[in-house]
Amino acid sequence: MINFMYDVLIAPISDFVFMQRAFAACFASSIICPVLGIVLLLKRMSLMGEALSHGILPGIAIAFFIWGVWLPGFTIGGMVAGFLIAGLSLLASQKTRLPQDASFSGFYLFALALGVLLISKAGGAMNVMHLLFGSVLGVDLAILRTIIILSALSLIIVRMIFRPLIYQCFDPLFMQSVGYGGNRYTVIFIGLVVINLVTACQALGTLMALGLMMIPAITARLLCNSLRWTLCVAIISALLSSYIGLIVSYHAELPTGPTIVLVASCLYMAALITTFIRK
Amino acid sequence: MLSLSLSHMFGDTPVLNDINITFPKGSFTALIGPNGAGKSTLLKICAGVLKPSTGTACLTAGLKRAYLPQHNQLDRQFPLTVRDVAIMGFWPKIGLYHGLTPEDRDQLKHALDMVGLDGFENKPISVLSGGQFQRLLFARLWLQEADLLILDEPFSAVDQPTTEHLLALLQNWFAEGKTIITVIHQLQLAERFIPQSILLNRGVIAQGDSKKVLSDAALIRKTYIEV
Repeated sequence: MINFMYDVLIAPISDFVFMQRAFAACFASSIICPVLGIVLLLKRMSLMGEALSHGILPGIAIAFFIWGVWLPGFTIGGMVAGFLIAGLSLLASQKTRLPQDASFSGFYLFALALGVLLISKAGGAMNVMHLLFGSVLGVDLAILRTIIILSALSLIIVRMIFRPLIYQCFDPLFMQSVGYGGNRYTVIFIGLVVINLVTACQALGTLMALGLMMIPAITARLLCNSLRWTLCVAIISALLSSYIGLIVSYHAELPTGPTIVLVASCLYMAALITTFIRK
Repeated sequence: MLSLSLSHMFGDTPVLNDINITFPKGSFTALIGPNGAGKSTLLKICAGVLKPSTGTACLTAGLKRAYLPQHNQLDRQFPLTVRDVAIMGFWPKIGLYHGLTPEDRDQLKHALDMVGLDGFENKPISVLSGGQFQRLLFARLWLQEADLLILDEPFSAVDQPTTEHLLALLQNWFAEGKTIITVIHQLQLAERFIPQSILLNRGVIAQGDSKKVLSDAALIRKTYIEV
């Protein structure tokens, strides 16, 4: 029995270097992404996450045309395109009669289409499926190093601006009245979201990276009413989803990104059912 | 200490016409008027959150102001504890990542005791009643150690005993020398607890001693019915 458990749960990791890298990459993303997701939720900016995750695609494609497969280039391209799409959506909703969700949908669907078109044109080393759904088993040492460094840096920066960021979500008028009304913390935060979507998209794909950001955050928000616990539960559920997802996708030969997000969704469903029963 | 001389428009709609008011240091003023009279807009301008379209709002240099927004603008399900919200009162003094000093901790405890929330420190705000939530916002306001306190409808959705307790607190702070401006709908309470009143409906209808202004039925009618 113990041998069987070992073969199923541990051996895939202890025996294969590519699995170890995949684990390390997913774990790094599982710590930072849910934290960003919670702030997105509390800021009522889930839609912004959606727009950013699609918005970075054309940027990555253009960066590929310029620099080839080079992660910092992807990050720069993704940042520029992400900010452009998010900025234009915000501007359109502020200056016209369109409500925010309509304006965001209009722009991110455009970005998604453009991104897919450009990437399929690029062909060869760039694979549409890879970028959308990731190829966690193709994470090499250089990519892994970048993912870990950027995740750690993001975590430090989020910790530094966490207080005003949360205060601004909760009571923007209060922050304005004490002279901290500007958008500087929000802009830094959105930058972090883009960076982590771009890095996590190497392993998980842009669509699945957003899943790892939002679903554990939503699960935790459902279960907890203090910030500390919300953060803990979100990170634990993301880590758990990554681990189970990787193991299942290894044994069943399924694509990793979608499996991880599906496990996260199962945890969410379980949380939903628990909440209903408790009521 | 705070003098207003301004008008304000939202797009093409005038909201505040020709406002000329001075709030002297150590005054306690009730702002009274119907919905849509421009009370909240006026308070936002007082708090420095909103710039008037024409004219100015001048606060004596070196004075600190603290603003309590209408509480229905806050998400009561937000995952914060009573302690977390009260600690906001120390911002920006505590900065990005400093903890509280022992004196801050004493202040915090004192503030929660004062508003009647001792023992609630670690409760999530989602379990508080409307009145308790308002008490918490008062604790935060006090912790800001401001000279000018600006409160927008602090007594809406609050029961009578809580309202009287909070009004008594305001009176204490007034006695300690703070300047206070608050929106209030209950005319009798304003007359009983608050020395000065301003009747507002797009413009100032009347201002002065509460006992005089609020007992004048013609003025009240003018504020609430005729525009």
